[in-house]
Amino acid sequence: MSLLDTDRIREDFPVLDRNVASGQPLAYLDNAASTQRPRAVIDAMDDCYRRYYSNVHRGIHTLSEESTRAYEMARKTTASFINAPATCEVIFAAGTTAAINTVARSWGDTHVGPDDVILVLISEHHANIVPWHQLAARTGCRVEFVPMDENFEISDAVVAEYLDRFQPKMFAFAAASNTLGSEYPVQRWTSMAHDYGATVLIDAAQAAPHQQIDVQAWDADFIVFSGHKVCGPTGIGVLYGKQELLEEIPAFLGGGGMILNVTTDGFTSQELPEKFEAGTPPIVEAIGLAAALKYLSAIGMDRIHAHECVLGQRVDAGLRAIDGVRVIGPTADKKAGINSFLIDGVHAHDVSQFLDGYGVAVRAGHHCTMPLHEAMGVTATTRASCYLYNTPAEVDRLLEAVTDVRSKFAKSGRRRRSRRSAESTS
Amino acid sequence: MMTKTQALRAPVAYFSTPFYVSTPMAHPQDNPDDQDIYQENVLDHYEDPYNRGALATATHAHDGKNPLCGDKIHIDLQLDDQGRVAQAWFEGDGCVISQASASMLLEELEGKSIDEIQSFSAENMLQLFGPRLTPNRQKCCLLSWKVLQGALKRPVGTDADPIVTENDEEIETDPSFGGPSLGEEQ
Ligand SMILES: Cc1ncc(COP(=O)(O)O)c(C=O)c1O
Repeated sequence: MSLLDTDRIREDFPVLDRNVASGQPLAYLDNAASTQRPRAVIDAMDDCYRRYYSNVHRGIHTLSEESTRAYEMARKTTASFINAPATCEVIFAAGTTAAINTVARSWGDTHVGPDDVILVLISEHHANIVPWHQLAARTGCRVEFVPMDENFEISDAVVAEYLDRFQPKMFAFAAASNTLGSEYPVQRWTSMAHDYGATVLIDAAQAAPHQQIDVQAWDADFIVFSGHKVCGPTGIGVLYGKQELLEEIPAFLGGGGMILNVTTDGFTSQELPEKFEAGTPPIVEAIGLAAALKYLSAIGMDRIHAHECVLGQRVDAGLRAIDGVRVIGPTADKKAGINSFLIDGVHAHDVSQFLDGYGVAVRAGHHCTMPLHEAMGVTATTRASCYLYNTPAEVDRLLEAVTDVRSKFAKSGRRRRSRRSAESTS
Repeated sequence: MMTKTQALRAPVAYFSTPFYVSTPMAHPQDNPDDQDIYQENVLDHYEDPYNRGALATATHAHDGKNPLCGDKIHIDLQLDDQGRVAQAWFEGDGCVISQASASMLLEELEGKSIDEIQSFSAENMLQLFGPRLTPNRQKCCLLSWKVLQGALKRPVGTDADPIVTENDEEIETDPSFGGPSLGEEQ
């Protein structure tokens, strides 16, 4: 396992050069929330705006032709990045959240009825819970959760048991948990779920940044991820669906761009992919996303994953060695770059604030996984997440800062100075 | 009179400062003297809070929580015949900012009239706390202030929903709320 040449990579990311408010250099370890952008992405978007930006699919003029070509090339790049058999299976959505909502509406409303079950994992992000709760409110279906064990793991046996018990219509799960860091066996669980006749949706928001997605090997029915977590722009994500399924389910958002014909009586939908892209799409964002996927592919997803594993293990081992720190997540061999933790007697927000003083950017809170936090009996954790541009030195700064947190906030027999006496003596 | 073409040609300053020039945001921690929000005084209040506990003789009480970070505050007030605070106690759980600021608020409170409390604004509360807070941390500091404002309207014995800071409905029905709007974290 080896590290990437971070000196070179960091030159590609202008923002990494800055200092934080305290004057310390930035150690950006909040990558699970969102990653930073390389010049390749910034320049591709800038270039579009400067040279050929226009709306797509509509205009018969030079700029529109050029924008349309770039937008459709971005779809091709994305399709090959995930190894999609057909380019029209790649729908550009606003992000993971928008993509899951589209499936819950379009597939859910037509395939799910009262007493049906949608099965998810307890560790799911709210984006893969709330749309199913909403579907339940509309249709009377139920949302059931696969639990984890005391080592924060979910075994094949438990998944099999829940599939068998609930015979779900849909099994929707994250390929990698944004809080625990766990990487789940997507291919195996998908095939198990298919054996029970379930449709499978994979939330690949935390997998796409560092795993080679192969939609054909995974064989899931829907796979979704966000641009901003793969060094791409905000406001764009990918909804992949198997062609026959996308053709069968109805359009969700209605409007311009997605219609073949509109009359005073009704409408007919476009073919794929336009059917699911109502309105002016995220054109420049798609171009930026394609630039990001090319950038990552050029470095190599396997090498990025290996780099993250080395750093993640350093974080995991370092945290476990600090007195009073508890790692919330499985052992290092079952995760990549994400580590969540608790520090005895110190609230996660205070940890994060204190670390900011060291230049270390981490996340504090429930990370949009409230059911998971509830199951663990904690309200908030601190999360450090590494990416391709992070260095061992940054990890060491994190560990140093975490070591100092406890001494800063340890009870030390402090006495509050009475306000009134302070006033009367001044 | 300016002709149309003149107006179009004239260099128009649409924005007083060019909006596209990115200037680093002014940050409360730019001043190094001001850097540490965990000043000694704050940590003192956290470890040795003023009137932490329940008040059996409370006439008014209220709860609030910030579900996103798990901060919780309960305030018991005892108002006297003139509508002044005879005693104020709090219980709670959460980050240093939420708990220390509650302690500071209660220390400030005794002897104050309802009017004085109601005119004590969110801005006043942030000033009382001292170290300047970024918007994300202001919600921690303002939790006790909101619970206090709510407590004035909740005589003991009435049933009322607790304040939940992210709940827009609650904020709407609670006209005293003047804090920042606080979205969900990712
Ligand atoms: C596992 C997972 N699913 C879904 C999301 C939601 O992604 P987005 O906010 O880009 O829609 C995130 C990120 O916040 C995530 O980590």
